[in-house]
Amino acid sequence: MTKVFVPMDSAALSMGANEVAEAISEHAAKSGYEVTIVRTGSRGMLWLEPLVEVETTAGRIGYANISADTVPDLLAAGLLSGSSHDSCLGLVDELDFLKDQTRITFARVGIIDPLSLADYESHGGLKGLRNAIALSPAKIVEEVTESGLRGRGGAGFPAGIKWNTVLYTESDQKYICCNADEGDSGTFADRMLMEGDPFTLIEGMIIAGIAVGATEGLIYVRSEYPHAIDVLNQAIAVANEHKILGDSVLGSGLKFNLEVRVGAGSYVCGEETAMLESLEGKRGMVRAKPPIPALVGLFGKPTVINNVMTLAAVPMILADGASSYQSFGVDRSRGTQVFQLAGNILRGGIVELPFGITLGDLVNKVGGGTHSGRPIKTVQIGGPLGAYLGEDSWDVQMGYESLADAGGMLGHGGLVVFDDTVNMAKQARFAMEFCAEESCGKCTPCRIGSTRGVEVIDRIVAGEEQSKNLELLEDLCEVMTDGSLCAMGGLTPFPVRSALKLFPADFGIKSGVK
Amino acid sequence: MSNYSEESIINYLGPYKGDASAVLRSLQLVQDLLGYVPDSALDIIAKNSNVSRAEVYGVFTFYSDFRSTPPAKVVVKVCVAEACQASGNASLISELHDHGYDIHNGSIKDDIQMEQTFCLGNCALGPAAMVNGNPIGRATCERIFAAAAVVAS
Repeated sequence: MTKVFVPMDSAALSMGANEVAEAISEHAAKSGYEVTIVRTGSRGMLWLEPLVEVETTAGRIGYANISADTVPDLLAAGLLSGSSHDSCLGLVDELDFLKDQTRITFARVGIIDPLSLADYESHGGLKGLRNAIALSPAKIVEEVTESGLRGRGGAGFPAGIKWNTVLYTESDQKYICCNADEGDSGTFADRMLMEGDPFTLIEGMIIAGIAVGATEGLIYVRSEYPHAIDVLNQAIAVANEHKILGDSVLGSGLKFNLEVRVGAGSYVCGEETAMLESLEGKRGMVRAKPPIPALVGLFGKPTVINNVMTLAAVPMILADGASSYQSFGVDRSRGTQVFQLAGNILRGGIVELPFGITLGDLVNKVGGGTHSGRPIKTVQIGGPLGAYLGEDSWDVQMGYESLADAGGMLGHGGLVVFDDTVNMAKQARFAMEFCAEESCGKCTPCRIGSTRGVEVIDRIVAGEEQSKNLELLEDLCEVMTDGSLCAMGGLTPFPVRSALKLFPADFGIKSGVK
Repeated sequence: MSNYSEESIINYLGPYKGDASAVLRSLQLVQDLLGYVPDSALDIIAKNSNVSRAEVYGVFTFYSDFRSTPPAKVVVKVCVAEACQASGNASLISELHDHGYDIHNGSIKDDIQMEQTFCLGNCALGPAAMVNGNPIGRATCERIFAAAAVVAS
């Protein structure tokens, strides 16, 4: 019986992975081969999808960009014995793209069957939870604090400090809310982890619950991720059945229940207080802070809100110790970051590395430059609210502070690469347009500023009173930055200002105009 | 799809009775059942959750997923966010326009509805699209219409 691995990650499905799996099973049966098809997550080498792997005595041999109609040919050429073929990559673990990475959070993604608890445990799963159960809540929080783990959703707030606040806030009920409203364009790590290794997230949330004394957990997933929702729900059912969730987590007597909640097509609901409102069944209107959600969160109760990547890093920290995680990274950016290479990129996908790689190395060496083959003009880091950076930033190290010093932000670690055909005035306009479309409407700078922003940019591009309108845009950006309640209005000026600063020619700025 | 009775909706909403925090989930449930949220369902949900109709209407209009009219048999979502812009979605959008679909207005033709969306999480294989929930990477008109034909059959 030969094991054949075919991903069921959405990205692989988008290139025909289901049809490939069906074709392999159909044609193998016809030819009398015995195969077991294991559906996995994706290895994160998305340009190779569908990437089929075959188990051999030497290891897993990969075949790239397989389509259903090439399957008969591939089987005839000896797919099941790992024979060579035009599409054969050799041993997948030996590929440079993977070998050069430090996969901690993504250690199991693409390798295991996401819904097999046996697979999960045999690859180190549940070790962190078992260790946590033996520790006092304060000790768990201490481990997370010492690991240096910071919020991977974008804000970079130290996770242990947040947990500590919730731990020491008295309440009859506390909550763990996982923010899986991954709406930033260029980011897909949360989705791939939820689809490829959901038990890691579940384990991380249970540990968080035990650490702060919360018995209820909610995962808020965007509706654009139907496959992730499906896999999570199945994984939660398995975890309940095996008493990993429920009234007595692994027989510890500690209770933790978990539920998936689905968004309804609103970007701003990725902002933590808007997410709380949405979880309470209301319009996703941003709340003023303070009070912070750690004190007054879901239904007014103390709530830990962390991103998928933050919570998914927790099991490894508890399994291998804070110092192990802390040993990776630079300065105050500790551990690994799951970078996502997106947009016009030759080798797009998941790159998990310790903080510190330079932007230039990430997009040029790892990513291989653009997919179109043209020169890179700019990279937008951190989603629609992130700054555009150019070639002069290639030496910037990827870390929270180093990027901030360069005028950018890490955000959720997504990098969108653009080639030299992009018009940056259009991108600046889009940033304002997007803000106008997705603003919750609670505060004036964001609600109205974004619409005025589109108009001002249009006037600048049309060459109308450029000096005056540039001054107005600058003033508007300042008001939005300083006067908005949340990052939606507060950070929209980032892409606008950076585009204008780096590429004024795209705005048709006449000579002499400042 | 539009055959429903007030009673049947109330039955489905049973678990949410008296729960003001279930307004969003109630709307999602109705849309899952019917494909859209008819105006009368807003009253039913308001009564069931013990909140005002205005509150339900406020939630209904805040979220872009909700529809007030039945969808076409095939719903295609085309990503218009940055990563897909970088991957040349402009030509896809203009080709779809040539086929009679304005994705910015969610136009319907031949039982296919084309809508814009901001990010489907398939940002390394753009332009990205989704046909009745099935993801399409490196989307072209041909691939979208082929997928639409499969789900319509």
